[in-house]
Amino acid sequence: MTNITDLTVAAIRDGVAAGTFSAVEVAEAFNARVAAAQALNAFIVTTPDAALDAARKVDGMRAAGNALGKLAGVPIGMKDLFATRGVQTTAASHILEGFTPQYESTVSQKLWDAGAGMLGKLNLDQFAMGSSNETSYFGNVISPWRRSDGGNTAMAPGGSSGGSSAAIAARLCPAATGTDTGGSIRQPAAFTGISGIKPTYGRCSRWGIVAFASSLDQAGPMARDVRDCAIMLEVMAGFDPKDSTSLDLAVPAWEAGLNGDMKGKKVGIPKEYRVDGLDADVAKSWDDGIAWLKDAGAEIVEISLPHTKYALPAYYIIAPAEASSNLARYDGVRYGLRDLPDGANLQDMYAATRAAGFGAEVKRRILIGTYVLSAGFYDAYYTQAQKVRTLIARDFELAFQHCDVILAPTAPTAAFGLGEKSADPLAMYLNDVFAVPASLAGLPAMSVPAGLNREGLPLGLQIVGRPFDEQGVLNAGLAIEARAGFTAKPEQWW
Amino acid sequence: MSEYRIQGMTGEWEVVVGLEVHAQVTSNSKLFSGAATAFGAEPNTQVSLVDAAMPGMLPVPNAECIRQAVRTGLAVGAQINKWSRFDRKNYFYADLPQGYQISQLYHPLVGEGEIEISLDDKNPEADVKRIGIERIHVEQDAGKLMHDQHPTMSYVDLNRSGVALMEIVSRPDIRSPVEAGAYLAKLRTILRYVGSCDGNMDQGSMRADVNVSVRRPGEELGTRTETKNVNSVRFVMAVVESEARRQVDLIEDGGRVVQETRLYDPDKNETRSMRSKEDAHDYRYFPDPDLLPLVLEDAFIEECRASLPELPDAKRHRYENALGLTPYAAGVLTADVETARWFEVLVAAAAEKAGKPEADLAKQASNWLISELFGALNKLGRSLEDSPVSPAGGAELLALIADGTISGSIAKQVLEKMLETGDSAAVIVEREGLKQTSDTGAIEAVIDKVLADNAAKVEEYKGGKEALFGFFVGQTMKAMQGKSNPQVVNELLRKKLG
Repeated sequence: MTNITDLTVAAIRDGVAAGTFSAVEVAEAFNARVAAAQALNAFIVTTPDAALDAARKVDGMRAAGNALGKLAGVPIGMKDLFATRGVQTTAASHILEGFTPQYESTVSQKLWDAGAGMLGKLNLDQFAMGSSNETSYFGNVISPWRRSDGGNTAMAPGGSSGGSSAAIAARLCPAATGTDTGGSIRQPAAFTGISGIKPTYGRCSRWGIVAFASSLDQAGPMARDVRDCAIMLEVMAGFDPKDSTSLDLAVPAWEAGLNGDMKGKKVGIPKEYRVDGLDADVAKSWDDGIAWLKDAGAEIVEISLPHTKYALPAYYIIAPAEASSNLARYDGVRYGLRDLPDGANLQDMYAATRAAGFGAEVKRRILIGTYVLSAGFYDAYYTQAQKVRTLIARDFELAFQHCDVILAPTAPTAAFGLGEKSADPLAMYLNDVFAVPASLAGLPAMSVPAGLNREGLPLGLQIVGRPFDEQGVLNAGLAIEARAGFTAKPEQWW
Repeated sequence: MSEYRIQGMTGEWEVVVGLEVHAQVTSNSKLFSGAATAFGAEPNTQVSLVDAAMPGMLPVPNAECIRQAVRTGLAVGAQINKWSRFDRKNYFYADLPQGYQISQLYHPLVGEGEIEISLDDKNPEADVKRIGIERIHVEQDAGKLMHDQHPTMSYVDLNRSGVALMEIVSRPDIRSPVEAGAYLAKLRTILRYVGSCDGNMDQGSMRADVNVSVRRPGEELGTRTETKNVNSVRFVMAVVESEARRQVDLIEDGGRVVQETRLYDPDKNETRSMRSKEDAHDYRYFPDPDLLPLVLEDAFIEECRASLPELPDAKRHRYENALGLTPYAAGVLTADVETARWFEVLVAAAAEKAGKPEADLAKQASNWLISELFGALNKLGRSLEDSPVSPAGGAELLALIADGTISGSIAKQVLEKMLETGDSAAVIVEREGLKQTSDTGAIEAVIDKVLADNAAKVEEYKGGKEALFGFFVGQTMKAMQGKSNPQVVNELLRKKLG
């Protein structure tokens, strides 16, 4: 029999339901694999008992002949941005180190209610700010992938959901939650050869997720294939009256609706994404994707998204602006870190607490955000950026008059070595250049593995869909997946 | 009314005032959370995860608070904005858990309206002025710091954190302390009628920021100061007066008014500087990304309109026109919603007892309420709301006067006993034997004795000193301990004195 830890979510779910193996066996297998992978630093805390408790419950329900949930017996990783009752929730920051919520985020609660169990809280970029998982207070996550040059350069797993991507690629968990503000699900998925979908803004409740940029933050699943993403998303999505921006729409049966036949579908290829100096391997994988979708029956059309070049600058105004305000609550008054120097007054306490509690990238974004919202600069930056955001959403609206989904690379390059870009924030920000437009427009977008580059590192392809059309996105992803035949996995070195 | 002018050394000055009133919305839960809002609860017992700004918590607007603000807007004839939006006002303070207050800067819920104020208490119709309302928006209140709990630390109470406030911003149409006071009092009256705010200024449910500037009459506006958190009508009037005086003196001494925030010290009756514009916060307002724009349906607005009670101005006119009250009485009775409610129950009960239309009894009821009950309650230091006498009890007393069972002067005694004992008027009259007599025989006997005892005065009267008639009435009433029907006494006396 195959290793349990090599199984997909669907296979585990079906195997537990059929009694091929017990949920406890599954949990034990993954717990052991998690415990043996500390070198990757994918988890901030592990919760083997939580995984076992959930598994025992599922086994008990099955024995009693009760109906099982959609994720019964599936242990997963939880990005440490989701509040989990009784389990430390840090957003990978020092300022929240030791913070244990008395509440459970809506999305994680839905997962537990569906029978999933928690293997642990996954590392991430601090407050989800970063593209390489190098901004975590709890240390870098190391990608299980290495270049095929025989060297041992530690590679970035992408970010901010880098713990999630690394853990799934290394078979530490079959699936995990991610959050995507400007590519934080898609880019790490691409870097590690897995799948991940950011649904339409509002599909998943933000209640109980530590906020980065409220108008962009969106939770979504990461897993090894498209079907698993569909299964996970079905559980995670749904209207939540506790989140005013939550979509009051029924959750479609995405898994049942999976269909890789693209006949009659039009796939748009945005010409603005074919930038000068685009990485040759990335360009080739894009061409491969076009060929695969054509093979699946789709018609390929060129489209234009003329404001693409303004997306990244607009994003790096809007997201920090919201973050500067969202992170004001971490002040040392009520919870988390408090640094109270001798003789300090209130202002001194704020300054000391926030200086000690936030990392450099978080501080950088708070400063940028504070600046762009200041009197005298607000119109030039924030108002202008909002106008750009409207134009970008309009670009997509017009484009979707000519196509059903859009195909583009997920990231401009494959994974880079840790430390290779951390000295240059702008170079780092450029990683999200293809991911950010869909975030600004609130559109569903996913990354699926397309192959390996000449260094033996995974590349991802991105599919962007119309609002609420997660099904169309998943189906195009399935069509690519079926033809890409991506079976590569990182060799275990840890 | 003559225009209010400040006499300076160099001539006359005019004061220009605008008020920003913060009124706590009457609702069981907070603006964006389900936590309770009762006044006086133990510290930090009415705090939800949202109010404490725990990580990942999100605001959800409370429809009842929005409804009350819309009703308030409609009550001041204001435009209701069907599309409005919440903004974040960012600043750090220990009583502000989120690090920002959710407010409405750019697109308030309620637009322009106005309030009519009366400047002559004796005749509310005689001297009226309209004060413009610029806008009403809803926002969160902050918590409260307690500095007296520990020698070196301050404590934070978040019970108020997130409570809904309406900020009602007037136009700078106010020109005197009296106008400022009348505006605030009238606004409070309207809010209490609508039921959107209890108007309890001593509990902080209503407080005003007072913007004051001075100028030469008719010239350009001067630089204004803002005196924060003034919590009574009297203090608002005092702030306008003292701050205008301070500014005039300052300018005439060659100084310059600086735009700043000030605080009022009631003990010294003066304002003092809190912070100047230079060190004012940059609040970095921007639309709250956790909240969608607030979009109101026509049906919702109409439902709000339909739910409004009769408002004070309309009620006052009705009291004058339909019930025949004087403008003064109508003004007094409608100045507070509880008074009007009490009065209306009283009149209805009295009319029912007498089997007559309300209009026939309204005047008597109004006189009794204003000159008898108010006075008596005042002596006891009580208000109408905690009056031991109910409107039905009052109606019973009025009926006893109307049917001649007791006289007006006996009624005063009966009322005193009612307030003292809580017994009904009929019980007291019966027990104390206060029924007035109309028995002409008994009265005649007393009159005969009075006239015999005062033969000299009778002569004087007959000699033309007619003013003595009152004396004989008084003596007769006194001899009968007030229990004789004064009308009968009058008639008999006239007959006997020829």
